[in-house]
Amino acid sequence: MTISALPSRRDEAWRYSDIDAVTAAWPLPAPESIIVPAGGDFKRAIVQDAGEIRQIELVLGKGATASLHVLNIGGAYGRIELAVTLHEGADFNLGAAQIGGGEQNLEIVTTVTHAEPGATSRQVVRSVLGGTATGTYLGKVAVARDAQQTDSEQDVKAMLLDRSATANAKPELEIFADDVKCAHGCAIGELDAMALYYLQSRGLPPGEAKKLMLQAFVAGVFDGAEDEEQLQALALAKLGELV
Amino acid sequence: MLTIENLHANVADKPILKGLSLSINAGEIHAIMGPNGAGKSTLSYVLGGRPGYEVTEGSATFDGQDLLDMDPHERAAAGLFLGFQYPVEIPGVSNVQFLRESLNAQRKARGQEPLSGGDFLKLAREKAGLLKMDMDMLKRPVNVGFSGGEKKRNEMVQMGILDPKLAILDETDSGLDIDALRTVGDGINAIMRRPDKAVLLITHYQRLLDYVQPDFVHVLAAGRIVKSGGPELALELEREGYAEIAA
Repeated sequence: MTISALPSRRDEAWRYSDIDAVTAAWPLPAPESIIVPAGGDFKRAIVQDAGEIRQIELVLGKGATASLHVLNIGGAYGRIELAVTLHEGADFNLGAAQIGGGEQNLEIVTTVTHAEPGATSRQVVRSVLGGTATGTYLGKVAVARDAQQTDSEQDVKAMLLDRSATANAKPELEIFADDVKCAHGCAIGELDAMALYYLQSRGLPPGEAKKLMLQAFVAGVFDGAEDEEQLQALALAKLGELV
Repeated sequence: MLTIENLHANVADKPILKGLSLSINAGEIHAIMGPNGAGKSTLSYVLGGRPGYEVTEGSATFDGQDLLDMDPHERAAAGLFLGFQYPVEIPGVSNVQFLRESLNAQRKARGQEPLSGGDFLKLAREKAGLLKMDMDMLKRPVNVGFSGGEKKRNEMVQMGILDPKLAILDETDSGLDIDALRTVGDGINAIMRRPDKAVLLITHYQRLLDYVQPDFVHVLAAGRIVKSGGPELALELEREGYAEIAA
């Protein structure tokens, strides 16, 4: 994924990016490289709250497991890019939330390569967007020719708080094996008006009612994270700013 | 407690309520009956402040305050409770959390201290017991996977916890089997039959009124109350049908 030339919007992986912000940050430092040895176990929580471009290359050895939890909330432009390679029987888990308001542009871009048989990957991404914010998830799952018994899942949902916000979601599959399970689902919607009214009819002010529903919407992505409580608290505080 | 005068309301620009007047005093239980399309549910939503229900004329005063000028959550804090005909399922939001936050939002609006987690659970357990509802159901997401009867029971548990002055119950009896009907009826009596409280029951059938004896019965037809009387009016309606009475 190391790119030497400055990307433009013609590059699929940068199509929705804030190119001015990318230009200002160019050249990017080398991606962080994480290698989990065979049978190893890796966990990491990433909070992007300052408007950065973070690139991570993650390689899971045979039977290794990795679990990443991402909260993408800060800065005018925040991008988290993951390139994951799975060897035989490895297991990769991503739980991510991006929450943006104002004119924020937030992106999560993943490429998960099932290089060998029997690996599993599961990505759950939730975006909450208000104002004229843009939230993008581009997720590619690539299954190599002999990577049979691959089991991958992409579960992507976005909630728009204002009609002026934008969500882009593109789960993408590139499969060369013939015995695989690759599930992908994507939904973009608004808070249910009747549910909001129901909550308010019990005494919750509109902002609190929205916050409760949004909390439920992103809940679950941080399950099992080491600093689950801190991630939840940060997400909730950010949601509180939007409603 | 509640005074409605010459209320007109539109839904999607279509007039539904056409000059409805009704007065409810503390300590009274009123029943509104009427055929499909008469405007019963519209009345409950207008009083509950549901968006899209537009009042074009008339007034509704609740405890001396202009009810129609208040937001839904302000109406709740003032002591109004709306029992929904179709309680809404809200995945991911636990009943207990939702109710505790709602109750404490109401208390805050009234200048009262919030209830602690322990005190809230005690209260919730007591009210769930009253309605014969399992505490485990209160911990589940709001109404998700509940049967029709369980949803209605949950409405009554919520009413017990929030302890309103005035409850407007929109077809709380629909979808209930005979045993659940009795439980819900007993619950309404236990929670709301007090000198300082009042109930407006909206129903199609006499059945619920066997358990919750109304002081007054009104017939709503074509957006207006066309006849009012005592409990005997409900029996008369059951016998004769709406067409005869409302004509």
